[in-house]
Order: sequence, then C-alpha cells, then structure tokens
Amino acid sequence: MTAPLSTGLPGGAGAAASDPGDAAPAPDPQAPASPWRLTWDRLRRRRIALVGLGIIAFFVLTAALAPLITAVSGHGPTDTDKKAIDPYLGGLPRGTLGGVSPNHWLGVEPMLGRDVFARLLYGAQISLLVAFSAALMITVIGVVLGITAGYFGGRVDAVISRFMDVMMSFPSLIFMMALLSVVKDVNRVLLLIVVMSLFSWPYIARVIRGQTMSLKHREYVEAARVSGTPSVRILLTEILPNLTGTIIVYVTLAIPGLIGTEAGLTYLGVGVRPPTPSWGQMIADSALYYKVDPMFFVLPSACLFLVVLGFTLLGDALRDALDPKGSRA
Amino acid sequence: MTGFLIRRLLGIAATLLVICAVTFCIFYLLPSDPATQFCGKDCAPDQIALVRKQMGLDAPLIVQFGHYVLAIFAGRTMGSGQYAVQCNFPCFGYSFQSGRPVWDLMMDRFPTSASLAVGAALLWVFFGLSAGVLSALKKNSWIDRTVMVGTIGAAALPVYFTAMILLYVVVTVLGLIPYPRYIAFSEDPVGWLRNLILPWITLALASAAIYARMTRSSVIETLAEPYVRTARAKGLPERRVVAKHGLRPALTPVVTMLGMDLGSLLAGAMITESLFGLPGVGKLFADSLSKSDQPVVMGITLLASFFIVSSNLVVDLVYAWIDPRARLS
Repeated sequence: MTAPLSTGLPGGAGAAASDPGDAAPAPDPQAPASPWRLTWDRLRRRRIALVGLGIIAFFVLTAALAPLITAVSGHGPTDTDKKAIDPYLGGLPRGTLGGVSPNHWLGVEPMLGRDVFARLLYGAQISLLVAFSAALMITVIGVVLGITAGYFGGRVDAVISRFMDVMMSFPSLIFMMALLSVVKDVNRVLLLIVVMSLFSWPYIARVIRGQTMSLKHREYVEAARVSGTPSVRILLTEILPNLTGTIIVYVTLAIPGLIGTEAGLTYLGVGVRPPTPSWGQMIADSALYYKVDPMFFVLPSACLFLVVLGFTLLGDALRDALDPKGSRA
Repeated sequence: MTGFLIRRLLGIAATLLVICAVTFCIFYLLPSDPATQFCGKDCAPDQIALVRKQMGLDAPLIVQFGHYVLAIFAGRTMGSGQYAVQCNFPCFGYSFQSGRPVWDLMMDRFPTSASLAVGAALLWVFFGLSAGVLSALKKNSWIDRTVMVGTIGAAALPVYFTAMILLYVVVTVLGLIPYPRYIAFSEDPVGWLRNLILPWITLALASAAIYARMTRSSVIETLAEPYVRTARAKGLPERRVVAKHGLRPALTPVVTMLGMDLGSLLAGAMITESLFGLPGVGKLFADSLSKSDQPVVMGITLLASFFIVSSNLVVDLVYAWIDPRARLS
C-alpha cells in the first residue's frame, strides 16, 4: 500500500504547495493569522493530508492534460490497434502484462486493442467531471435548503425536513438505476450528475441545518437581527461564512462516494455508455478476463482506489484541521 | 411508547405511499408502453389496445395507482375473460417476462440476498467492533496506528477489486474452493457456507474498516466522559469500567449505521451479487431493468424501500434499549 502512495507524491507536491491560493480567496499578508492560514498550517503539518492532496492533484492534472499526454503517447482513447492483440488467442493482448510495450505504456484492451493508458486518462476525466459537478450541485441544493430550514424553523423547517426524510428513505441505488434506464436519448454524463445529486443532497442539508440552528442563537446573529438586517443578508454575511468549514469538509468526504457511485452505476450498465471511456466500464469489461489478463483489471480498479483514498485522506485531515473546537490541533 | 409506535408506523405507511407513487409515475408516465412490452413485437395496434384495456391502462393514472395499491393488500383479478387470473395477497402483479407473480419471484430470490447481507453484516460488525475497540483502548500505540492505516486503505478498496483479487488468489491460484455458486442453506449447509464466504468478505471488508474507525472515535469520546471517571474513581476494575460504562453508549452510532446499511443491502447488493453471479434480489432487479419488466422493478423498489424504512424503526427501538438517555417519548 505504501508504494502507490509514494508514487502519488512527487507529481503532486508542487501543485499541493500552490493550492492554498484556491482555498483562501482573500489572504491578507499583513493579517497575523487568518482562519485559512491556520487551517493550511495545520494541514501542512499532517503528512497524510499532503499525500491525499498529492494523489488528487496528480489525477486532476493528468485528466485535464489527457489530450496532450495522449498526443505524446501516440494513441487516443478510441483508437483500436489490431496488431497489439493476438487473434489466435481469442483477442488477448500480445506480450506480457496485458501487452505493455513502448508503444502501449499500460497495455491494450483484449479484443479491440484500445490503449489502456489513454482510456484511463479519459476515464479519469469523466469520473472527476461527474463527481465534481455532482458535488457542486449537492452543495448548492444542500446548503440552500439546509440553511433555510435551520434558520427559519417552524413550518418551513417541518416541510423541508420531512422532504429530506422521505428522500433518504428512497433506496437510492435502485432509484438511480431505474431513472437512468428509463430516461433515454439524453446526455448520459449530465443525466448521471443530476440523478446522483438528487439522492445525495439530503445528507449535507441535514448537517447544515443542524449547524445553522445552533449558529442562529449566537450573539452576533441576534445583534444583526435586532438591528433590522434583512434575513437574506444575515444568512449570507453572518451564517454562511461560519458554515464554510463544515461545507468544505462534507463536500470533500462526499466526493469519494460520488466517484464510487458513478463507477458502480456504469459497471451495472446504466451509467456512461461506450465508446465514452470510463473506469466503471473498463472494470466491467475486464471482469471477464481477470484470470488471463489481470493487468487490464488491476489498472482501473487501482485508479479508482487511489482517487477514493486521496479524497478520504484529505477529507479526514480537513475535518481535523477545521475542527471548530481546535481540540486536535 | 404505544403512541410513539403508532406515530412511527403511520409515518412509515405515508413514506411508502409517497415512494410507491413516485415509482408508479416514473414507470407509467415514461415512453416505454407496458402494453406493447407485454404484447410482444408482432402485435397489431388493435391487439395492443385490447391489452391496454385488459391491463387497465386506459384508466386515468390516479385510478391505476389506486388499483395497484389496493391490490397489494386485497389482491385483484388481472386480465379478463378466459385469461383472467386471480392474484392473491400480497399482489404486485405478474412479470411481463416470465408471467410469474412478482411476489413469488422476489421471495425465490430473497433467501440469497438475506444470506449475503446478514452474513456480511455479522463479519463486518465483529471485525469492525473488535478492531475499533482495541484501537481505542490502545490509543496511539503501534496497534492503533496499524489498524488506522489499514482501515483507511481498506475503506477505499472498490468491491470489484476485492472480489477479483479474492477470486484470483483463492480460486484460481490456490484452488482452495471451487468458483462460487449459490447453494441453499437447507440443501447443503457446508456448501452454502463455502460458496458465500468470498462474497461475504467482499461485501464486509470496506464496511468493517468504516465501522472500526467509527467505533474507535466513539469509544475514545465515551471514555472521556465524566461518568467514566466516576466509575474509575469508585475503584471499579478497568475491565468493568470499559465493558459496563464505556461500550454501551459508544455503540449507539454503530447501531444507527448498521440499521441503515443492512436495510439498504437486503435488496440492494447489486454489484456484489453480479460480481459473483449470485441469484439475489439485486440481480433480479438489474436483469428486470434491462428487460423493462416494470412490475418486477416496481415490486423490488417497494420491497427495498420497505426494508429501509422499517430498519429505521428497528434502529430507534434498539437505540432506546441500549441507551437509557434516548428513551422514547
């Protein structure tokens, strides 16, 4: 387990160092210790968080640069190479380790001879695109509904909470599969994002609701209210900034779940459709060949494992670093 | 207590009705026409119209929905004339594919899914709790560190990976057991156990890791409570302090999670079932979905929802039993 971790590090170390710029929108160099700087300092001292950040940065970069990298490696994700497979062996790749060669860096797929490296890169694009977009959607929906329910309470809260309860009683995987298979002729990636968000937002909304309920009785919120500040303004300027830490932590921890769900739905045949490359699709294809061509199977699974691991490590560390009580700093 | 139960049962009924309505709308409003499905490819338009009438599809949606819900409890006569069949309680209609009652189909598959889910749950609860408690009691020792690093890795392992590695090592390389296929417990208990052991490990591994992490933090938190200090100050031996005062309240979050997980697994372990070719409810769902067998899909959706909402109720009851502070009101 340590080997894949350390390979993730060098590629990501540089990117990791430049990341606080994203995390802190308005850092004032004169300010002694802004909360963001404190968080970053705490995060930097945890090696495991940097490992997670490194893995994420590595995959995000390679996914973003996929067209460039595949131009160098020489094969696109849908190019077939009949010379790399052996028709007399049922279309298995020629050569060792699933056809690893200078020509195909990580081998080729059995039957079609598509380049595994290129498909992994483009698969990362899809996987991360779906997960990030869905994460953005559940954040927006979850925060808006959670904050509204928590702040206004009463009947508004009762309606929203009831709605959340019902949504959480839905067998989500079953409903996602059903929705994905009945809706036809639409952009699969977009549909996946919408359907996955639909069943994931209540978990964030519930946390935000709880936090808002305790925040709204703080003195500064009371002060803003008695001085006649409109509710929307209180929510945006007094409550929301105090929820940022919670939101970041929960979204980071939701992303691995979303990545896994996307792969699972695609594995089950209702997610991204071929020829669009996707890890779940590759895993489903490779399951047939796990005995004779283990490399083809191990590679997409390992990518899935690493990305999920990266986000979990970072999320855990962020939770400790953003811990409001500061008990573990 | 009785009041609480009645309120909860009414809530469950309402939630199931909502889920039923949503499922109904999804499958009956969307393009694929059940009558065409049922009638087959070579049906003339007037035959299709006849089938529509027989199936009651010409009635308004709300009437159809009423019939469907009522039939679950009271049964109904499906079709008309010489083709009429009496569908008895609990009537979920007949499969378009096999013509068998949906309830029978589901109950044929249920023992497989239940064996898988319950066996896996026993495994992950046992190993998750033991590792978590051990880790918490030896906090910051090398045992704790090893367990925590191991669980981070194990929690990120995709099920496909676990399944294929297990199959490859145990079945292909070592040849310890033959390739798993489901054998009913009543037929051959030893065969049942031998064939389910790999699916159990696959399903349990990631969950065991998550439970171990949760148990660890829960136990550490509980052992820092003032009443534990009191128990120690009274001179109780450490073993008793941990067993009597530490573990019981620490178990409540574990129980909540177990209820939710088990509820959703009873009809939702599609991926594990399809990885090992186990003929469970999840596999039946995936197969019926790809064949647009709407009655079966609807039946399983309702069954799965029923498991989820009723497991929530069971969790509340167990909660009250474990933790006197959470007595129901």
